[in-house]
Amino acid sequence: MGKQTLFQKVWDLHTVRTLQTGQSQLFVGLHMIHEVTTPQAFDMLRSSGIGVAYPDRTYATVDHVVPTLDQQRPFADELAEQMMVALERNCREFSIPFSDLTNDRQGIVHVIGPELGLTQPGMTIACGDSHTSTHGAFGAVAFGIGTSQVRDVLASQCLAMDPLKVRRIVVSGKLGPGVYAKDVILEIIAKLGVRGGVGYAYEYAGSVVDSMSMDERMTMCNMSIEGGARAGYVNPDEVTFAYLEGRPFTPTGVALERAKVWWASMASDKDAEYDDEVEIDGNAIEPRVTWGINPGQSIGVSGNLPDMTVESPDTGAISEALSFMGFNEGSPISGTKIDVAFIGSCTNSRLSDLREAARIVRGHQVATHVRALVVPGSRAVRRQAEEEGLHEIFQEAGFEWRGAGCSMCLAMNPDRLNEREVCASSSNRNFKGRQGSPTGRTLLMSPAMVAAAAISGAVIDVRDFLMTRS
Amino acid sequence: MEEKRGALVVNARRIDRVEGTAIPIRGKDIDTDRIIPARFLKAITFDGLGEHVFEDDRRTMPNHPFSNPAYAHASILIANENFGSGSSREHAPQALKRWGIGACIGESFSEIFLGNSTAIGLACATASSSDIEVLMAAVENMPDTKMVFSVNTLSINTGDCSIGLSITSAVRQSLLAGQWDATGLLLERFDDVRAVASDLPYVKGF
Repeated sequence: MGKQTLFQKVWDLHTVRTLQTGQSQLFVGLHMIHEVTTPQAFDMLRSSGIGVAYPDRTYATVDHVVPTLDQQRPFADELAEQMMVALERNCREFSIPFSDLTNDRQGIVHVIGPELGLTQPGMTIACGDSHTSTHGAFGAVAFGIGTSQVRDVLASQCLAMDPLKVRRIVVSGKLGPGVYAKDVILEIIAKLGVRGGVGYAYEYAGSVVDSMSMDERMTMCNMSIEGGARAGYVNPDEVTFAYLEGRPFTPTGVALERAKVWWASMASDKDAEYDDEVEIDGNAIEPRVTWGINPGQSIGVSGNLPDMTVESPDTGAISEALSFMGFNEGSPISGTKIDVAFIGSCTNSRLSDLREAARIVRGHQVATHVRALVVPGSRAVRRQAEEEGLHEIFQEAGFEWRGAGCSMCLAMNPDRLNEREVCASSSNRNFKGRQGSPTGRTLLMSPAMVAAAAISGAVIDVRDFLMTRS
Repeated sequence: MEEKRGALVVNARRIDRVEGTAIPIRGKDIDTDRIIPARFLKAITFDGLGEHVFEDDRRTMPNHPFSNPAYAHASILIANENFGSGSSREHAPQALKRWGIGACIGESFSEIFLGNSTAIGLACATASSSDIEVLMAAVENMPDTKMVFSVNTLSINTGDCSIGLSITSAVRQSLLAGQWDATGLLLERFDDVRAVASDLPYVKGF
């Protein structure tokens, strides 16, 4: 009573017991599933003769292998088709609701959960995907799990886990024009490091976070795992409740009023005790761009790549990254030529991301040497974007307008880089080979920055771009 | 189904030691996209993953340890900080295990990687950065050095020296008791699960 963080409250509420191993048995309020991390899990269930414990607390979609251009079945990719067939069979056999490709609710798993009102404050949420942290934006404790753990949740709706510590990250001040949630989370990861969050859940707070929309909070929480934090969250508030109201799985009427009271009570207590606290000055954040081979290797767009004259523990990693990327130490990131521009992924593919990118793109043309695509995060986002005419803005500018899916974020589908191509990407990972070519290169940035880069043909400061426009 | 739920027997092997030679993987923050590229996740089983471990790194680095015959039969992997970062793909520890690795010693691991490894009986332990350097140098110097990784005594023994290891008590307990395959444990008192579930406002209805 009192002095608890949201994490502690939610953890305590969902703890069934302490196991012989010392870990907690944690009930999972919502289990989202998709085609990549489930086939083996369901096979393991079938061979043990166990069923799914709570099919009505489980929800399925397809996203990773889905083509964004030609979705005709059977898919041209035989392996992808096998995975689709496996998930279809498994959902049918175990009675799990499934937004498949015949369903207008299909989309990226971390986009549709919130869209449908499945994701709610005070829940524990698990999914076989590390970007499950996205759902923490609603004040849930949400984290990624592996296939064997997916099996555990299917069988028992529970996980064996240790609780995390909590680091509060207070982002104060106000973001300048052209600076977005993506830049804030890239700043945090650069500052605290890709290992900084291991063993922690990140609680994002402060005036900048308070004034963020749900889409922006999702972008922040999405990349918690890139900072090592398995979970990241924002305390639920009126912004959260307003987003949830009217969605298919959100309570209504009197139940909604009662829900809001309970949801609000899940927020961290004012006197909550944190394991660590960090402050970030929101006023000072610039648009950021990653230059290397992990999401922590980013700089402000007006900055220069690290130089190696000063020896540090990171010199080896910096040297390897610069060498792989083919960049020169100390040179500016602005002006780096790009070959591909990708707006999409569970990080940045929601309606507000597309609106902002369209605002920048309107009336301009994609540079002739650039291949540009926009991949809405879900069929619902795509539909809403088309109602607003955003697709026409993108297409007139020379962007391809695609169907919903994970697309070029991780290239388990036909969308991938070729050879040494440099991609300006609104996704979350720039690891070697991530986008489908072992020698391909990824520059992570906000969707607005991707839009500006697509038009300029090179990395450019979106703030300058916006100024020269009007 | 209710009866089945409680009756599942935990049948995992007790793991108290791994013996064999070692393989050093130098570099911080080695992510799971490198350990097993995403194209190999397009599969409905884990079969054959061992052949593809570090496939893209091996193509671009001809002297990669996983391509070096001197390490071909290694069962203990030595790593630096934050090994297994990034994607939650269980395919990463599955690929390592199927290649032949039975234990990993690193300065630190990504949490999801550590959890996934434990769930499939791949024992992971940490050691200090100076001890990791000693181990890597020893292995690079003499690849056929036989080692004993002991979960029981929390040490790695190379014959020449014995180095202390850290394993969280939960992971250690799971390995030693053969309870690293958690499903049976989680199903043991299913009435308790139903009780917690039915008390949650969003389950019973607001």
